[in-house]
Amino acid sequence: MTSPADSAGLGSPAGRYRMLRLIRGFEELALDLVRSGAITGGIHPYIGQEAVAVGVCAALRPQDRITSTHRGHGHVLAKGAAPDRLLAELLGRTSGLNQGRGGSMHAADFSLGILGANGIVGAGGPIAVGAAWSARQAGEDRVAVAFFGDGALNQGVLLESFNLAAMWQLPVLFVCENNGYATTLPAATAVAGSATGRAAAFGIPAAEVDGMDTEAVRSAATEAVTRARGGGGPGFLECRTYRFEGHHTMERLMKLHYRTAEEIADWREHDPLPRAAALLPDGLAAKLDASVREQLAAAEQFALGSEHPDPERALDHLYADGLRPRAGSTA
Amino acid sequence: MRLSYTKALNRALTDALAEDPAVCVFGEDIGAGMAGPTLNLLDRFGPGRIVDTPLSEQAFTSMAIGAALTGRRPVIEFQIPSLLFLVFEQLVNQAHKFSLMTGGQTGVPLTCLVPGSGSRDGWAGQHSDHPYSLFAHAGMKTVVPATPTDAYGLLRSAIADPDPVIVFAPAAALPVRETVTWELAPIPLGCARIHREGTDVTVVAVGHLVHDALAVAEELAPEISVEVFDPRTLHPFDWPALAASLERTGRLVVIDDSNRSCGIGAEVLATAAEEMRLVAPPRRITRPDGTVLPFAPQLDRALQPHRDQLRRALRAVMK
Repeated sequence: MTSPADSAGLGSPAGRYRMLRLIRGFEELALDLVRSGAITGGIHPYIGQEAVAVGVCAALRPQDRITSTHRGHGHVLAKGAAPDRLLAELLGRTSGLNQGRGGSMHAADFSLGILGANGIVGAGGPIAVGAAWSARQAGEDRVAVAFFGDGALNQGVLLESFNLAAMWQLPVLFVCENNGYATTLPAATAVAGSATGRAAAFGIPAAEVDGMDTEAVRSAATEAVTRARGGGGPGFLECRTYRFEGHHTMERLMKLHYRTAEEIADWREHDPLPRAAALLPDGLAAKLDASVREQLAAAEQFALGSEHPDPERALDHLYADGLRPRAGSTA
Repeated sequence: MRLSYTKALNRALTDALAEDPAVCVFGEDIGAGMAGPTLNLLDRFGPGRIVDTPLSEQAFTSMAIGAALTGRRPVIEFQIPSLLFLVFEQLVNQAHKFSLMTGGQTGVPLTCLVPGSGSRDGWAGQHSDHPYSLFAHAGMKTVVPATPTDAYGLLRSAIADPDPVIVFAPAAALPVRETVTWELAPIPLGCARIHREGTDVTVVAVGHLVHDALAVAEELAPEISVEVFDPRTLHPFDWPALAASLERTGRLVVIDDSNRSCGIGAEVLATAAEEMRLVAPPRRITRPDGTVLPFAPQLDRALQPHRDQLRRALRAVMK
């Protein structure tokens, strides 16, 4: 059983809160499953940054498209992917979004305009530009969003894609999730000038926004998306945010000291969930939390109960035309 | 009709653009048609489909991938073969991997055209590479047509294919002209062509080297009966056709403009040795290991496969 897509729910504060909680709960569950060994290879948890995915996706229509990052679960869920099938993907099961062929870093659902999380920093930027170009060629008013982190600001291909988007006035929104660190390297020691300054240099309207505030992100994204959809060209948002967990799950074992406990505690004070809950009538957040718990319990049951793929089919889908490559041994 | 290789590429693009509105072309100086294959396309199809790009190979390659993921059928022209090294990530790590990584949710119908691959005489180290083996090794469908008719037919099939395909048009094949009395038509990928039948030795020749192989075969006809086998597509390679040829000849020489180690020539020899009939040790003629083509014409030519080497190899396998 697959649960229905959730993106339509982002139109109300309650729907947005529920999605924040769903992403948070999903990541907590995924962390447990990494710890237990059920998920192999680890994940890059999105905990702390949920307001960015939810705020941006709340500004989108179902036919709009996104490209995501190695830290992609939040974007994928907020664009409407089924949590049970995403979890099954993380577990490498055939019922996963990608039939267990992609895992955490490549989760995609093309039927929802999710052109994939991506394992290469900055790679999604120009792909989103291509999707925006395509939509314009087809005469459709779809917008494309590229999510990326502060680390991607130093990838040349991303800056090249700013230029293409601006030159051709394409309907694309660049969303920089500045969580302060490119893995362990502080943005302050890696990014000359400023993030918004880089976009502005290409003539792209650029805004800095509190990335811990869902409504602020939604408002800024709505403005940029509306402009892009109306033919006004690309936009850029720098969402100042923070990841409460490590860069990836391996970090728990590594005892790294690139940021202080005080810094993490300070940012936890800005947790986007209580801020979004405060906008709701009394008692509603608790009800939504309970419904998310139920949904995730069902997702876990679905995912853990799903089939493992057959090793005989490891080369399925290597080619879209069904070409079967030679085997690695003839003996 | 007299058809040049470049004109054949131009015809293939024109016909594909006319037939399918999803086809579009990206590249540098393609509006002016500087490399030849895109001549007059801008006038006929307009800037919406013939997109002159800034010098941002990585971004426009990925942009074409994004377009391919969302319903377009883009062709990218790369003016210089070595530009492929800039976009190895985009082609191999993104375009090639999307189908499998998404569990078959999408193909990436992208064609990369490299008119003027290999040495162009006098363009030196960074304009003279012939990296088709790299792409075949990585698993991208890889095509190296030798003749105008094949260039037309294989480019048409590449554009129609649901997967990324890279088409190398060797600089040394561009001057080839054919008198075409037949209807130009798509030629399926993965099908070899035997240009000349023979009974003593199979010469597997790649791209422009097909013409060298044919010349040497004619010249040596009184002493050796040479079959000239043009794989046309390096990945997927037409192994059954090679096996059938070696059933007839039992001897194998490969002439291949790749660097020696891990080149397609090495793969042909290895596969033949493992799986096919050979009555004599096979030979291959390639560029040296790790070649960088030097500028001076004598040095440039000295490192490319040449006819003397082929003559010697043919006589060696007959001993």
